[in-house]
Amino acid sequence: MKFTDLNDEQVEGLIGQVLRIGTTVSCGITFIGLCIFMVHNARAIPHYHIFLSSLGQFYGPSQLMQHVMQGQATALIELGILILIATPVARVAFLVIAFALERDHMYVGVSALVLVILLYSIFFSQ
Amino acid sequence: MNELTFSLVILGGSLLAGLLGSLTGLGGGVVLVPMLALLFKVDLHYAIGASLISVIATSSGSAAAYVREGFSNMRIGMFLEIATTIGAVFGAWLATRTPTRGIAIVFGVVLLYSVYLTFQRHEDEIVGHNKWSDRLKMNGTYPGPGGKEISYGVKHVGGGFATMLGAGTLSGLLGIGSGAVKVLAMDHIMRIPFKVSTTTSNFMIGVTAAASAGIYLRRGYVDPALSAPVMIGVLIGSLIGARILVRVNVRALRTVFAVVVFFLAVEMIYNGIIGKV
Repeated sequence: MKFTDLNDEQVEGLIGQVLRIGTTVSCGITFIGLCIFMVHNARAIPHYHIFLSSLGQFYGPSQLMQHVMQGQATALIELGILILIATPVARVAFLVIAFALERDHMYVGVSALVLVILLYSIFFSQ
Repeated sequence: MNELTFSLVILGGSLLAGLLGSLTGLGGGVVLVPMLALLFKVDLHYAIGASLISVIATSSGSAAAYVREGFSNMRIGMFLEIATTIGAVFGAWLATRTPTRGIAIVFGVVLLYSVYLTFQRHEDEIVGHNKWSDRLKMNGTYPGPGGKEISYGVKHVGGGFATMLGAGTLSGLLGIGSGAVKVLAMDHIMRIPFKVSTTTSNFMIGVTAAASAGIYLRRGYVDPALSAPVMIGVLIGSLIGARILVRVNVRALRTVFAVVVFFLAVEMIYNGIIGKV
């Protein structure tokens, strides 16, 4: 299959696979994280009725992988959530490339704009 | 209730929410958020945070199945996502500045409106190609009954775009996919065939939700131990729903679901007014 022969259905099929794999991996990691969390906290009393901001439970990019490697429960769940958020972003990025290969300049612009809005909101918006 | 019991109950409830959400086409979030907030007394911020994450899981997880059927239209979806993502950033910004009671009241009103919309089903009226749909390359075909390809065009692109700004804002403010409003924009306003509208909407929901996720994470709305069972439960429930959809009496189910959602909506609004959320 030459890339220039790519049609919309094939592109969508490929994207569908990417999304499914991303979701499966993300949920798998999250589930492992949840199980480890239960090993340590099963008898603790939950306190979700009071909002305390969960921000303190999240690791920065530099520490996350280190804690994941140590099997730290919330770090694994965080990684799962981040992979999940990345799946729709990957879908949009993929479409930018697909439209470029189809030489559809207008929709390269449209999907690139969506990608910029997404990346801006994920990394910078307060 | 300790963490383990709580988590298992939440997992079961989320599975049910995802199942009902996908069978009725309203999405898991509409019943999940009231369930967490009213039944399990979870703070509304945590509830919408967990719901938003589950919305992304449902959208991405079911995308592969929808693609195979050949109904969704990438160009329409992408074009309208400009509006929904901008709306979602604005909505998430609003969520951090709106008092909890306000969010509860808006949530209840949106629930009522979503129920109303699901009963406003009308016959597809296929519009032909026209200046705008040609210029934006939004015309498409989809497999009709008997496998015959049906060709369609798009009307009122501006009105649809504006409604999508609203859908995105609600999604960011309430942590739901706001699928009902997206279908309203595509099916009712832009006159896109219903099947194309619903599958394209499902695709868009994940991208829209991802646009509010950054703000939610930074504001601490996403609690890891609460979001994990919710995300897994809703995903499994919605995947089961997509599989058994053809064998279920959707009309009867939708009526039952509408009654449930109606009471949840009234209770959300009531709790919002008396400040008990």
